[in-house]
Amino acid sequence: MKDWRVKDWRYWLAEQRGTLLAFGIFIVMFVIYTSNHPAGFTANVVQTASNKGVLLAFVAMAQTLVVITAGIDLSVGMIFTLTNCLASWLVIGTGIETAFGVIAVLGTGLLCGAINGAIVIYGRLQPIVTTIATGAVYFGIALLLRPFPGGSVNEDLADALTGRLFGVVPASLVVLLAVVLVVWVPFSRSVLGRAAYAAGSSEMAAYMSGVPIRRGKFAAYALAGLLAAIGGLFLTFFTYTGDAAYASGNAYTLFSIAAVVLGGVSLFGGKGSAIGAIFGALAFRTIGDLLFVFDFDPLWQPLFQGVILLIAVSLGAFALFRVRNRLEWFL
Amino acid sequence: MSETTIGGIANRMPKFIRRADPAVLTAFACIVLLLFLGSLYSRSFLSPEYLLQQLKVASFLGVIATGMMLVILLGQIDLSVPWSVAVGAMMACAAAAYGPLGVALAIPFGIFCGVLIGIVNGIGVAYLRIPSMIITLATNAVAQGLMVVYTGGFSPQDSATVAMRYVATGFTIPGVPNAVVIWALIGAAMVFVLTRTSFGRSVYGIGNRERAAYLSGIDTRRVVMIAFAVSGGLSAFGGVLLAGYASKAAQSMGDAYLLPSIAAVVLGGTSILGGRGSYLGTVAGVILITLLQSILSVMQMPEAGRQIIYGVVIVAMLLLYGRAPASR
Repeated sequence: MKDWRVKDWRYWLAEQRGTLLAFGIFIVMFVIYTSNHPAGFTANVVQTASNKGVLLAFVAMAQTLVVITAGIDLSVGMIFTLTNCLASWLVIGTGIETAFGVIAVLGTGLLCGAINGAIVIYGRLQPIVTTIATGAVYFGIALLLRPFPGGSVNEDLADALTGRLFGVVPASLVVLLAVVLVVWVPFSRSVLGRAAYAAGSSEMAAYMSGVPIRRGKFAAYALAGLLAAIGGLFLTFFTYTGDAAYASGNAYTLFSIAAVVLGGVSLFGGKGSAIGAIFGALAFRTIGDLLFVFDFDPLWQPLFQGVILLIAVSLGAFALFRVRNRLEWFL
Repeated sequence: MSETTIGGIANRMPKFIRRADPAVLTAFACIVLLLFLGSLYSRSFLSPEYLLQQLKVASFLGVIATGMMLVILLGQIDLSVPWSVAVGAMMACAAAAYGPLGVALAIPFGIFCGVLIGIVNGIGVAYLRIPSMIITLATNAVAQGLMVVYTGGFSPQDSATVAMRYVATGFTIPGVPNAVVIWALIGAAMVFVLTRTSFGRSVYGIGNRERAAYLSGIDTRRVVMIAFAVSGGLSAFGGVLLAGYASKAAQSMGDAYLLPSIAAVVLGGTSILGGRGSYLGTVAGVILITLLQSILSVMQMPEAGRQIIYGVVIVAMLLLYGRAPASR
């Protein structure tokens, strides 16, 4: 009996290795960051860092859901931008109007994700091409909504969600935790979530065993849209405006992939968790901001982030050392 | 089922139509349709000057799509196109600032920088076995970072050399823009490589099944590496041409070429999974995309509407003939 428990524990450790590694990287980076920050480890520094990190964390969670099914969503950044622009129109006014606005924005995100899913799964197109094309459409709509940066948002709600609870805990982290508990945990434990994992691990085997892979993948794409929309909503709360910026949308897509890789989610599908991607996102943001505390020219930031991404994706190559037969190269 | 019905009709058609890919035929049919719709909108749409101008604009995309096609035939993808284009343009213009030698070497130097990006992609994909979509995104980000540091975040002040402008906008053969001639030359070389050399056959082989290609003695890693290097070089060359056309380089000049280059290749009937496709299809795809862009801009469609129509058309056309087989 005791022996079984030890094995169970080691199995759990092996499964969570990527997440734990991401957590470790994040802690180390954050300690370096705060200890060199001129203001030190204060509630203000943590609040700013968590607000920035949470934006990317939502988009990275969205990307994780799709990557688990062995797909990729290159439109997450554009859904993020689109919902940001939409929120700058709708999330305003009295309490009820604001509530309807939030629901409409989240519903739009869900719809965008569902469209991606429908085209990829039922239309049987490749995820890369599909999401690049739908990303163009979403960006176009965002540009229609906000040809110029502007708009406004319910500032009470915005301040409440980007401020601090009890003067210490950043509210955005609490929202992130709530979203994990409401969206990710139920999904990953449901039949659909398992189907998404199974489809990513081996679509053929899952299909043969009667796993509802289509519904699982569809749910993953749709929820990805929803999570990206939560991110877009938060961007609006954070900036008080809507801005259809092509470069920023693209950057979020790119960073979400970096965060997913750092978070130990396998790009070949079937392995990893959104929790890992969250820590990956927080770690990536902290690494990017390290330049500021060490007083580098901000011009170097894109290069620095690109190099981190390049190193992160190259780490996967270490698996090659474990290859026993050269034919395993071609999986 | 559809195989037999198509076969039944096709047997009664002339040989050259029977051998043609239905996707390529569809693409050409769409070109004719677009030309027809355009001519309804404006009389000048069918004038030789306008069509030649379209062909000239298409040739920039054509050069870039040629490299993209080579990579897609392998079953990979090159998402580093935007900043490969920009690097090619910026580095060629930058070289021009270094005296007569720099001016002479501007074009080769631009292409060389693109090849370097391609080689990094190739090492990542072929030797480190990183998914191409990921490593090319990463090199794109690094290339962007390098250019931001180099230019200080602004569009560079150096302008294109006379040679670059001549290559992009001049006329060596009267009536035919040089850019079109260059696209024709690159296209002819590509057709030769794909159909008449062992390298080309290896590309198709790897695209179909890399494992089988490896077991039949092809050095698959070298072929993949070369293909990515060529793709990077051609993207950069596209950038050099664009810089010559606009007479200077700009920060985001390559962004507008990623989706069109993939779309042109895929709309031309090349399988995104690799191993299948002809260069004729890519030519059709490039012309189709350029005409679509041109019609939208003639109709004075704002950028937002253009992006939407563009994405919808690509998805719609792919749904028509680019679908993967159902799992069973």
